[in-house]
Amino acid sequence: MATFLGIDYPTLWFLVIGAVFTGYAILDGFDLGAGALHLFFNKEQSRRIALNAIGPIWDGNEVWLVIGGGALFAGFPKVYASVFSAFYVPFMLFLCMLIFRAVSIEFRSKEPMLWWRRMWDISYSVSSTIIAFLLGVVLGNILLGIPIDAEGNFTGTLLYFLNPYSVMVGITTVALFMMHGAIYLVMKTENRLYAKLTVLVKNTTIFFAICILLLSFYTLLYVPHLRHTIEANPWMFVIPVLMVLSIANITRQITKRKYRYAFISSAVAIGLLLIIVAVELYPNMVLSTADPSYHLTVYNASASEKSLGIMLTFAAIGVPIVLTYTTFVFWTFKGKVKLEEGSY
Amino acid sequence: MDVETLSRVQFALTISFHYIYPPLSIGLGLVMVLFEGIYLKTGNKLFETMTRFYTKIFALIFGIGVATGIVMEFEFGTNWAVYSKYVGDIFGSALAAEGIFAFALESGFLGILLFGWNRVSKGVHFFATVMVTLGSMFSAIWIVVANSWQQTPAGYHIVGEGLDARAEITDFWAMVFNPSSVDRILHVWVGAFIAGAFLVLSISAYYIIKKRYVEFAVKSFKPAFWVFAVSSMLQLFIGHRSADIVAVYQPAKLAAMEGHFDTLAKADMYVVGYVDKKNETTSGIKIPGGLSFLVHQDFDAPVKGLKSFKPEDRPNSPNTVFQTYHLMITIGMFFIALSLYAGYLLWKGTLFDKKWMMYVFLWGVLLPQLANQAGWFAAETGRQPWVVYGLLRTSDALSKAVTANQVMFSLIMFTVVYILLFSLFVFLLNRKIQHGPFYKAGDDDKDEEHSPLHKAMADEFGK
Repeated sequence: MATFLGIDYPTLWFLVIGAVFTGYAILDGFDLGAGALHLFFNKEQSRRIALNAIGPIWDGNEVWLVIGGGALFAGFPKVYASVFSAFYVPFMLFLCMLIFRAVSIEFRSKEPMLWWRRMWDISYSVSSTIIAFLLGVVLGNILLGIPIDAEGNFTGTLLYFLNPYSVMVGITTVALFMMHGAIYLVMKTENRLYAKLTVLVKNTTIFFAICILLLSFYTLLYVPHLRHTIEANPWMFVIPVLMVLSIANITRQITKRKYRYAFISSAVAIGLLLIIVAVELYPNMVLSTADPSYHLTVYNASASEKSLGIMLTFAAIGVPIVLTYTTFVFWTFKGKVKLEEGSY
Repeated sequence: MDVETLSRVQFALTISFHYIYPPLSIGLGLVMVLFEGIYLKTGNKLFETMTRFYTKIFALIFGIGVATGIVMEFEFGTNWAVYSKYVGDIFGSALAAEGIFAFALESGFLGILLFGWNRVSKGVHFFATVMVTLGSMFSAIWIVVANSWQQTPAGYHIVGEGLDARAEITDFWAMVFNPSSVDRILHVWVGAFIAGAFLVLSISAYYIIKKRYVEFAVKSFKPAFWVFAVSSMLQLFIGHRSADIVAVYQPAKLAAMEGHFDTLAKADMYVVGYVDKKNETTSGIKIPGGLSFLVHQDFDAPVKGLKSFKPEDRPNSPNTVFQTYHLMITIGMFFIALSLYAGYLLWKGTLFDKKWMMYVFLWGVLLPQLANQAGWFAAETGRQPWVVYGLLRTSDALSKAVTANQVMFSLIMFTVVYILLFSLFVFLLNRKIQHGPFYKAGDDDKDEEHSPLHKAMADEFGK
């Protein structure tokens, strides 16, 4: 089997997909979170500033979802086929919400009527929240395992995806993104809105800390296969410890008003969470609750080695380019938001 | 209805609706590059105004294009799981390349195109406009490559049997440059140029008819007109090459396009007609031997007819293939005539005085849309009953885990959402056109002095 730096191609591609989805969670995470918090701002001016803080970049952030979806389709077609058809209803809702969200951002500022703007405000905020929630729900189900048969076909019921554990992961994701979004917004705002956001940062951090604590206990007590992996690999305890430290660092940086560091810390926390997920799963990608021999692994679900090799080349060429101009775009729009002609 | 029918209807609905927007982005992008290029070269402020005005319209189009495009990426997995497993190696890599090389470029620079006017230099802004346009054209490359592979598979081998069978890449470049991809990419690009250019022509014609912003309208009409005229001429040759390739690689599709049943008889070409699937006959106005001539440059040469294919290997609805194909051709011919005549009037200097011609350009904006949709319907219904030509049948490609009720639910959801979305699009597009090119965001405040919003703002800032 072909390897690169001693790692075989399917594993390498698993890492690439993990990195892309982590990038997606960190980037789209803050604009989804900003969306979820949107209705907490009462004044028109505040809402416009909050919206324009993410205005020029949310689209670029969503690209990571498109790349991640394509990367999964290309690298692990069986996982893509199995998971997407298994979660038909939540994914359709997810798509519907993505449309509403995009449309709300674009359309809100196009008319001055109060009812028009209120309508899109609600649609924007609700859709952002549901998107974050559904992402968490799908992640929860992936962690828990789903009933799939030997061919990877889902055999569960329509509302299977709304099991308590996955709902808990969903709520935690909303809390995480809210915190992440609040920290982002606080960097982009001034005056009264800024003051309001400093309070929101505190509250959302507490909300997230409570959620992640409950989720951790739930996992350790009621999801044996996840606990066993940790027990079998004691070094993994380092990750939750690092996570607690990074969350603690968020509060520390906030008290010091060093929001950029706080933002980096919350990005690190998101990264660590997804690293736990990856370590928990690998080499599996989809756990079958019906029979362990039906698990989809990076080996039995991957594309051909040739195809993976081509795509790894793509990634090696493409990702640095994308990162370069993404940085350039972020740099162009750095600093506090100023409403100007053409703003949302 | 069964899962297959529902899934096909849903796919057709979501892709057709999506396909209103990307061609407009590509074509409008190209025209915007021209406008901004002229502005940079001449310093004529009017061309800056044009770029800014069409950038706002571009944003609207792009936003809906992205939102409806993500649906497509997910839908392969949700509704067509067997297909996804079968083509993942190939389709997936094209899709991944699209994401990383094209879509990321578009979306990354879009922020600068829309909001960067006061933040970057003119040159950098122009660069961003070019990158967004190139990104959307690159996007088209990869998507059309993936679709062309389904029409004329190449560079692969089949691994496994029955339900486990899947296509794997053996030669990446042979896959990318499969027999039909280059011509189809050009065909799609040029179709997109026509669609985007026509939007500018239509808006300009509207202003000329209404005698508003006439100088602006006339000045923006001309570059867009040249894009339209050159593209229409080019499309004749590119389209012809595409048909040649269909003749070689997808004979059943070609036969359906012209409603040609009997191999032995010389093949006719129809101007208009109707294909009777049951009685296996086609009636209408025809050029005898026209298809034979098109394919073999000989009016008497035989062309493989539909009867030489087993009934289960023929397109399910040859009449749909026939009608959509002919609609596309008819519109294409009309464009050539229009560009010649309008070009002549433009040269004489009387085009903008002919009100009826301005009405033709105003409403003609619907025609490229119709032609693009019709062309894709001909290509896709003509490929049936295969999803990957000759390899995988559409009926075998579905998700086994998904029930008819679920698809019914999502189909209704998409129908409602898309109707809403389209109404909003038309409404906002119209508002932007009514506001005109010299409208600035600050003007809102003047309109708003008595609006509730203005009061809300006053409450906030009055203190």
